[in-house]
Amino acid sequence: MTKDDCKKLVIDIISDIAPDEDLTAIKPEIKLRDQLQLDSMDFLDIVMELRKRHGIEVPEADYSHLASLESCAEYLTPKFATKA
Amino acid sequence: MKQTRIVITGVGLTAPNGNSLAEFRQNLLNGVSGITTVDVRFMGRHPAGMCTFDPLKYQKKKDVRIGTRAGGISIYCAREALADAGVNLETRDRSRVGIYLGITEHGNVETENEVYNISQFNYDVKFWTHHHNPRTVANNSAGEVSLNLGITGPAYTIGAACAAGNMGLIHAAQMLRLGEIDFALGGGVSESPQTFGIFAGFKSQNALAAHADPTKASRPFDKARNGIVISEGGCIYTLERLEDAQARGAKIYGEIAGYHVNSDATDYVLPNPERQAECVRKAIAHAGMTIEDVDLVNTHATSTPQGDIQECLAIAEVFKGRSTPPHINNTKSFIGHTMGAAGALELAGNLPSFDDLVVHPTINVDDLDPQCDIPGLIINKSLKADRIDVILNNSFGMLGINSTLIIKRFAA
Repeated sequence: MTKDDCKKLVIDIISDIAPDEDLTAIKPEIKLRDQLQLDSMDFLDIVMELRKRHGIEVPEADYSHLASLESCAEYLTPKFATKA
Repeated sequence: MKQTRIVITGVGLTAPNGNSLAEFRQNLLNGVSGITTVDVRFMGRHPAGMCTFDPLKYQKKKDVRIGTRAGGISIYCAREALADAGVNLETRDRSRVGIYLGITEHGNVETENEVYNISQFNYDVKFWTHHHNPRTVANNSAGEVSLNLGITGPAYTIGAACAAGNMGLIHAAQMLRLGEIDFALGGGVSESPQTFGIFAGFKSQNALAAHADPTKASRPFDKARNGIVISEGGCIYTLERLEDAQARGAKIYGEIAGYHVNSDATDYVLPNPERQAECVRKAIAHAGMTIEDVDLVNTHATSTPQGDIQECLAIAEVFKGRSTPPHINNTKSFIGHTMGAAGALELAGNLPSFDDLVVHPTINVDDLDPQCDIPGLIINKSLKADRIDVILNNSFGMLGINSTLIIKRFAA
């Protein structure tokens, strides 16, 4: 899986978590919370959906890696690779 | 002591046969049932009453996702009531607005859904949602309204089984009279058909309605009635002190004339006609009225074999001294049992009678049970009355809670 593939999977999840948001112009380097209306409960939803849909665990200590789309891809792509 | 006068100035509702008071009323007068069938988890298809309002009218998709069905129904009804009342909360002190919603139960839907959810993951609780607690706290529906409308006054629910809808209005009136608030949203809500447990519970109790035609399944007073049709719904009123309503030139639907709440203290589920009759009598006394003053009685009757007879006994006993009986009807025959919403919704169905003097009937009575054949029962066809100045609304619930609310035509 490439980082771009990983970003698409994360955006799929966010589109369900935040269905009112326009995700077409999301900037990968910018923090998700700075460009979308996401709160701490939403990030817990993202963690839950990664667990449910992809069997990926994100420990609480690593939540900061989910800050931006780029950091998500950086952190999650190796985890997806391990799953594959 | 002279009581502060409390009036109803707005109505917002969703029922299985209508998403506004006008649509609801029209269907009640035209004999249109709102009952259909739904798939109930583990149980197959059963008659039920489902609402068809658009949740996105007043909520974002994300709020619908995070919130509960009861919360969504409550927000819809509260917003519709405010619009009907012509009240813009932006211009009011929202710390002086109270939200009081009657509920029969809350939390079963979300708990069942989560148990089912983790069953798909070998019952590993790490898949249990973090939304569970805010969704299942008993104040959920009132709290969702406060979030949606930015109301910072008291917002809570009143658990009173199926007597709860009346309780929402009664409590709102009490808080207005106490001066705790200046404006109230009071009523009741139910999301019950979303849970299989209530269907299974009534089935085990031999009290779940069954009929090949779902629109005939809820048939109070019919000899062949066989149980309750479970429905969702909501009805929220805006209530104000009379002087406040008059100061802003509000439309007034009616005035809270009196009420009473009591308990059977006899059984978990079986009603007690003696206590029900006492509840009705004390409400009439609280209103400063006599039995001669009551023009229309809306029955609680749920279409169970025993419960309908018990209520008929209670009503017949209370009104036996009258020269001519009050008109008596039933709304559950159209919409099923909307549980926590029932008292509030059924009152709304009758409120327009103050204007048009028409009494909607109880439908689906093909063969009237002689034990329910009480004087004044309006069956299958609406009736034009000479006078409708006082409506008496009964709502009774499990664990023996009874509530009677009396609304009178407003006269300055």
